Amino acid sequence: MSLPSTAMGALAAIVIMALVTYLTRAGGVFVMSRVPIGPRVERFINAMAGSVLVAVITPMAIQGDWGARLALLATLGTMLVLRKPLPAIAAGILTAALWRL
Amino acid sequence: MSQTTPGAKLDVTGVLTGIRRMAPLSLFVVIFGLAFGVAALARGLSGFEALLMSALVFAGASQFAALELWGPEIPLLPLIATTFAINARHLLMGAAIQPWLAHLPPGQRYGSLVLMSDSNWAMAVADRQRGETNVGMLVGGGIALWLTWLLGTLLGVIFGSGITEPERFGLDVIMGCFLLAMLVGGRRDLSMLVPWGAAALAALAAMAWLPPHSHVIVGALAGGLVGLLLPASPSQEATA
Repeated sequence: MSLPSTAMGALAAIVIMALVTYLTRAGGVFVMSRVPIGPRVERFINAMAGSVLVAVITPMAIQGDWGARLALLATLGTMLVLRKPLPAIAAGILTAALWRL
Repeated sequence: MSQTTPGAKLDVTGVLTGIRRMAPLSLFVVIFGLAFGVAALARGLSGFEALLMSALVFAGASQFAALELWGPEIPLLPLIATTFAINARHLLMGAAIQPWLAHLPPGQRYGSLVLMSDSNWAMAVADRQRGETNVGMLVGGGIALWLTWLLGTLLGVIFGSGITEPERFGLDVIMGCFLLAMLVGGRRDLSMLVPWGAAALAALAAMAWLPPHSHVIVGALAGGLVGLLLPASPSQEATA
């Protein structure tokens, strides 16, 4: 099931994303006022939060060109050293741009 | 932390204070918004669509991840699942402040969550631990972040529309680099490498054998399940 990325399709996709995101913002308060969220659920959500990012990034590293791969490596390295996202992302962009000169 | 929760109130003064306190920090958000605007245009969204997504969704990582799914067709189930999985941390954030917000009338309670994101939540939690009763930091901080996120997206859309070959300038990698920076920048916990590794392997397997775009859901679930099965780390037991 998919939406065409026409003006209406894109609008619908954005509204659906907005609803799902609000559901997560309000959902924790709503659920917690009825059933306490236990440590097991917390472990699942914490592990899933990073895992979904891993699952999105992995294909970029596998299918991308060397510019993209080196960009990810540059971001990872800068992030581990400086722990600041802005320089890390800038390093990635710069690496890709320089590689493709 | 004491078990006696202080009350909670929400008023205009508190909201304005929240906006003012978040203002310096929210300037950084302009740059992230700019990156999103540029990346969105590079993926074929219109400027209006990029702005609308920033205004209504207001959650950076999930917006970048959605771009990855954008094409001539937008797969609905992967879009919903990816958005939910990336933003699922909101569930825990909301649960953490539920005892505080319970003092507000339902309209204010659920209204003040509309713009909840990582930094205004963190500052509001710090306020509460100091015994503050005013929820204005959550709402005002959210407003400041929302305005700058939107402003950044607008600048990115203006800037990005002048670029015909985003790959040449390395702009196509913004998405991946942003998400990777968010992943590494989160809480440092080496035990997470196990579920993350499982997620990567599951995503690769899904890419090889399952329908397109399913790898995100499969990877997220695999990582979540592995995290569930792992023994609780000492730090988690301490806080549980």
